Amino acid sequence: MYSEKVLDHFQNPRNVGEIENPDGVGQAGNPKCGDIMKIYLRVENDIITDIKFKTFGCASAIASSSMATELVKGKTVEEAWNLTNRAVAEALDGLPPVKMHCSILAEEAIHAAINNYRRNKGLPVWEEESHEELLHHHAHHHG
Amino acid sequence: MSRQVYLDYAATSFTSPEVVSAMMPYFTEAFGNPSSIYSFSDRNRKAIAEARQKTAEVIGASADEIFFTSGGTEADNWALKGAAERNRTKGNRIITTRIEHHAVLHTAEYLAKNGFDVVFLDVDPEGRVRMEDLKKAVNDRTILVSVVFANNEIGTIQPVSAIGAFCRENGILFHTDAVQAAAHIPIDVKAMNIDLLSMAAHKFYGPKGVGALYIRKGVRIDNFMHGGGQEKGRRATTENVAGIVGMGRAIELASGRMKEASARITRLRDMLVDGIMKSVPHTKLNGAPSGERLPNNANFSFIGIEGETLLLDLDRAGIYGSTGSACSSGSLDPSHVLMAIGLSHELAHGSLRLTLGEETTEDDIKYVLETLPGIVERRRAMSPLWEDYLKSL
Repeated sequence: MYSEKVLDHFQNPRNVGEIENPDGVGQAGNPKCGDIMKIYLRVENDIITDIKFKTFGCASAIASSSMATELVKGKTVEEAWNLTNRAVAEALDGLPPVKMHCSILAEEAIHAAINNYRRNKGLPVWEEESHEELLHHHAHHHG
Repeated sequence: MSRQVYLDYAATSFTSPEVVSAMMPYFTEAFGNPSSIYSFSDRNRKAIAEARQKTAEVIGASADEIFFTSGGTEADNWALKGAAERNRTKGNRIITTRIEHHAVLHTAEYLAKNGFDVVFLDVDPEGRVRMEDLKKAVNDRTILVSVVFANNEIGTIQPVSAIGAFCRENGILFHTDAVQAAAHIPIDVKAMNIDLLSMAAHKFYGPKGVGALYIRKGVRIDNFMHGGGQEKGRRATTENVAGIVGMGRAIELASGRMKEASARITRLRDMLVDGIMKSVPHTKLNGAPSGERLPNNANFSFIGIEGETLLLDLDRAGIYGSTGSACSSGSLDPSHVLMAIGLSHELAHGSLRLTLGEETTEDDIKYVLETLPGIVERRRAMSPLWEDYLKSL
């Protein structure tokens, strides 16, 4: 059912944990759907120098969190913002169709953490693009 | 080979070697169609009659009240649709519960879409139907009550005798899905006033693809499978002779050792439950206490972790269980049974069902007790819900 990469990131997740006094924190998901991701950011000179996550969810949720943190670590905040759920899923060699929402959660959690960082810095927040095509099934949960 | 511990007997059991050897001749030398009148088919007819007799005995029925089917799902479909259609002129209310297996639940929903007035009863927090709720739901248009004998997820045994007595007094047909209970705990269809009862062979070490519906003598329900005159004209299709023989042999073996097996399995299950409740704090046991649930069923919710994660970690350790989490089912909603007993979404997503069986040993249980706490601890450490939960204490 899962690719080897998904299983690897599920069994040995990278960047698990918390950051004390983070520059940004964001959360996405809902216990109703069975997955919640929380992302902590350390930003220095507009570069994400450290990132940690905690995730409640299935294997693909944990693997998506792990992969997403790897993909944005060392990137600029804007580059991190532009990380798409599709890129996370592709880096994991794909997710089963019913699990695609897990990769969206990773993207949403990172966006939430970045906007929290921007708010802390007194910067205007960036606008989230919607994922209606994938979330129609999910919409009543995420509202 | 690394250790393998199969704890999903409620999903299915292996077919016991004695059952397989009883079945074998009916694939090869004794292949005759039981409907053919020549003597070559006598052996097959006799084998089916014996299997019918054995199946009947285990539930206190007579042989002519047993109709073989393709399994539990067909028996449930036949019972509900057949009883509903047959009694359409008498009334249209059907009463069932929120904790039925999908074979009953989805059939009842189908009937509701087709003009029947279906009531789904709530259950108490241990998963038991309350008699007062049933009595309140009954009206003079009620034709059928269907309540699972013992639930497949949480194992709670229902007050079947009380429900049966009430239905009989009120002239309402009573069906019970006994797929998890038959040949595991004592059933007496006469004493319990059961009119229709479903069972499946692969839950008691028989083959997959065969089951039975008990239809009490005198009870008429519409046919489900139309065709030839098999099963006294009530269920068409050439008999699955080997399967039926296997079911007969399996139920005979299972009933012969029911008392001893249920005592042994209850002891191991209690050891598992006590061990987990002790070594994994902040865990909920779902379902009823020992003695009021199926001997082989344990169902837990671990606060802060999700069931699929748990299953995959256990799988790596060679332990096979199941979960009511949505993630394992491909839908986004967790188990309807766990929601019906009032669990929060988080707890329903964090459930683990372990069901024991004939080959489960004390060493297996010890292995689970050594393995599971570490897995739970590791996954909790990376869960934001667990973090929130600890803060809320």
